[in-house]
Amino acid sequence: MAEALRQIRSILVSLRLTVVLLALSIVLVFWATLDQVHLGVWAVQQKFFHSLFVFVRVGGLQVPVFPGGYLIGGLLLANLVSAHAYRFRAGWGKAGIWIAHAGLILLLLGELISGLLQQDFQMRLDNGETKNFSESVRRYELAIVDETDPGFDGVVAIPASFLARGAAVQNPKLPFRVVPREFYPNSAIQMRGLAQGAPAPIANRGLGPQIAAQPLEVTYRENEVNIPFASVELEGPEGSLGIWAVSPELGAPQRFDYAGRKWRIAMRPERHYQPFSLTLEKFSHDIYPGTDIPKNFSSKVRIDLPGGDASREVLIYMNNPLRYGGLTFYQAGFENNDQTTVLQVVRNPSWLVPYVACAAITLGLVIQFLTHLVGFARRRAAA
Amino acid sequence: MSRRMPIFVVLAAALCALSGFFSRPASESAAVEAFGRLPVLAEGRIKPLDSVARSTLLVIQGRQRVVAPDGTELAPDQWLLDALFRPERADSYRTFVVDNTDLLLLIGKNDENLAIRYKSTGQQLAAILDILPTRQRRMSFNEIAPYIPEVEAQYKLAEAVEAQARTPFQSAVVQLYGDLSRYVRIRRCLQPDGSADFLGELLHLQEALPDGIEAVRAKQAGKPHDEAKAEALIEEGKRFIAMSDGTDILAIAPDAGEGPSAWRNAGQALLGSFARGDVDTSVLAYAGMGYAWRRGDEASFAHIVKMYGDSLARRFPAQVRKARVETVFNAAEPFYSCMLIYLAAFFFAALSWLRWAEPARVSAWGLVALAWALATAGIATRMWLEGRPPVTNLYSSALFIGWGSVALCLVLEASFKNAIGSAAAGAIGFATLMIAHHLALAGDTLEMMRAVLDSNFWLGTHVVVVTIGYASTFLAGMLAVIYVLRGVFTSTLDRGTADSLSRMVYGIVCFATLFSFAGTTLGGIWADQSWGRFWGWDPKENGALIIVIWNALILHARWAGIVRQRGLMGLAIFGNIVTSWSWFGTNMLGIGLHSYGFTQAAFWWLSAFIASQLALIALCATPLERWRSFRA
Repeated sequence: MAEALRQIRSILVSLRLTVVLLALSIVLVFWATLDQVHLGVWAVQQKFFHSLFVFVRVGGLQVPVFPGGYLIGGLLLANLVSAHAYRFRAGWGKAGIWIAHAGLILLLLGELISGLLQQDFQMRLDNGETKNFSESVRRYELAIVDETDPGFDGVVAIPASFLARGAAVQNPKLPFRVVPREFYPNSAIQMRGLAQGAPAPIANRGLGPQIAAQPLEVTYRENEVNIPFASVELEGPEGSLGIWAVSPELGAPQRFDYAGRKWRIAMRPERHYQPFSLTLEKFSHDIYPGTDIPKNFSSKVRIDLPGGDASREVLIYMNNPLRYGGLTFYQAGFENNDQTTVLQVVRNPSWLVPYVACAAITLGLVIQFLTHLVGFARRRAAA
Repeated sequence: MSRRMPIFVVLAAALCALSGFFSRPASESAAVEAFGRLPVLAEGRIKPLDSVARSTLLVIQGRQRVVAPDGTELAPDQWLLDALFRPERADSYRTFVVDNTDLLLLIGKNDENLAIRYKSTGQQLAAILDILPTRQRRMSFNEIAPYIPEVEAQYKLAEAVEAQARTPFQSAVVQLYGDLSRYVRIRRCLQPDGSADFLGELLHLQEALPDGIEAVRAKQAGKPHDEAKAEALIEEGKRFIAMSDGTDILAIAPDAGEGPSAWRNAGQALLGSFARGDVDTSVLAYAGMGYAWRRGDEASFAHIVKMYGDSLARRFPAQVRKARVETVFNAAEPFYSCMLIYLAAFFFAALSWLRWAEPARVSAWGLVALAWALATAGIATRMWLEGRPPVTNLYSSALFIGWGSVALCLVLEASFKNAIGSAAAGAIGFATLMIAHHLALAGDTLEMMRAVLDSNFWLGTHVVVVTIGYASTFLAGMLAVIYVLRGVFTSTLDRGTADSLSRMVYGIVCFATLFSFAGTTLGGIWADQSWGRFWGWDPKENGALIIVIWNALILHARWAGIVRQRGLMGLAIFGNIVTSWSWFGTNMLGIGLHSYGFTQAAFWWLSAFIASQLALIALCATPLERWRSFRA
């Protein structure tokens, strides 16, 4: 037993393992880069890097064929930590190597953490518009809004992933249950009159009977978005209220009255509310004279806290984001003939980790390189 | 002889390079050169007309020289003058490259009417031996003109297809249509289509302007007016609008008191005349040059160019100075001289391993130092012209990779004194400048930076550092190639040389690890600053990451004792493949097997390069008994 453990240890601390893992990681990164052509960058990350194994479909079966990012990264981490714990000797000769590898450990951990914690949203603002929330690019929610009180909306938001599971949702704020009947993660939606031969709709309220939805393959391409579609039945204590069809593609809001209150039901991008609001004062888009090459995009925005105090103006432009309240706002794009700005909103509590890690690694490498260089120069001078 | 050889060699090379600054084609007069120096605003920056001429010619015909139908050679500025003012002549110059067979058929060409028939027997023999071309590659505008409707129809079909998915024919049609419209936009830059005497027309307009404006105003107010005069002026206005829509070169400088963004094209300036009541003087000056050029009136042409140039110099001293420097820089072609000197340096370095060891080695070192100094001056000039750090696009990355590698080679050579540094410098310097030359065929190499990249701080840090990382990885590979070739094919690789080569490669790989890592993480920090993510697994990022990991792998494999000297060399050569893929391969993604046109050529070269490196690795892996140097 002790012998087996010793063998495992000697493999775990060996440089050979390091070399093998480095070679595997090169293959993994290279393969992932090539696969981006087909999958797009988001799906590639899930398939190659945020996984223990890379699965390939062989005749309908998902077969693991290669170690994934978590496995290689985890083994590298284990290899690094154990090799250094095993071989560590205090002294200046290897100081550079120690610092660099400590930084590398931090970098690998940091990427793992930010992969788990980082959240991305977008905020679209028209000129003059004010918002206190940003929206998810990929995730949707079913929002049921109690709008009886004109000054206040009571919102119950159910993530689309709940609808996909098909389980009924009961919420104390709602006098009815929400029962998903149909869910397509991606769909094409048409007016029923235009869709010849589509099956009869199961939705019987709101816009439901007028539209036809067809399921589509989920897309991961960067310039395409998934348009989910769901049919949900609302069930009160005395029976069904009916079935509504919902999709972010349906522009008009669907309203109904129940239990003496006014309700609105819609599927929309998942919202992330923040305790302050942004107002777009002006979006500017400069080009180089005589060309259509963009020179600069910038959004002048005003930040307002709810109390009305601490209002201030900031300019967000390329390479100059706004960091506020744990969120970072980047100039990501523009739409609608320069009338709308698109801000990328990122929450990443571990954003400082890579900076520290990289500084440590670079420092370590510089120390090591200079130590070598000085030694080399001395030997040359002596020779 | 042998003592003075280095001095003699380096001096001769320096003289050849310097002559570029002073020479000009015999046919180009001082006035034409002065015309080339006039600044205009094109593609977002102020540049001399000379640069417009050269970059246009490179794009449409792949070279700067133009041959007139009568066999005379024209300088780029002369071609530009003809295109601007004597289009009927420029239309007959063969300046459009067409290689695609289907496209040639579309424009009525076949083997028969493309064949070049040589008169002398010597030339005929040379043609058979493939030394002289046997068929025309270049067509004139006149030859293509009858087929423009067909070309346009095919262009519209091909344009709808994504660039990467186009067939060779579709790419060729898009390219040709783009070239034709580029040319036509130049033709309409200073005078309208089909105008035989634009100066006369403008002078006539000058006289008719006051009455005409009055007539138009009266007409708009619904008052009695001279219908003929109003109509004539409105017709002129339509022509100027067509002129203005038809070009993208803003040739007319702002008036006094206007900002630098007020540059406009000649059509816009003429439309402005209607409001001001007199014809724009800059347009008149250009029309005057055109008149003199058409009539071959050298003296008047020189006079008008000088007057106009002087007036610009008074109003925009800084821009005119830059335009002048850029013109000298264009004509001197410092990177072309560098390329030849690097090649010579390589030969002298190789020579030193066979004969005249010391003088040839010093000569090679001197040549490398000379070419490097010249390249430094060239890169510095480009930086000054652009107001940017050295690397801003693929073209400048090729220049800078060469520059960085050669700088390291100079240090290696100063330390090891065995001509290996010089040989590597010669080979890498030559190859990178050759690559740069081909990249220049895509257009103006001093292009404007898109908004995302518009950050001198990050361009100056991330891009420079990561490019040095690329350069040093290539250098390690090159040194390994020298090791393999010398070891296998010659008996010059003795133990000492082999050991010092091994030390060099190891040292350079350490250096490369440091720089490629620091450069990649700086890129991550830039990405975090501008997009909110440190790492996004984008192809270019992955390419840089693979270089870092590969260098780390080499070092760890060596520390683990998995590889020794020969293994180190094999791994270093594979570093060439890794780096070339990151540099170019990542730009070809999504193209792969479907890549055509320019990218197809680039794809072919990349594949050939990778194959050659694999062959070298195989060579490196052959048993030592087969190596000439180690056989004994």
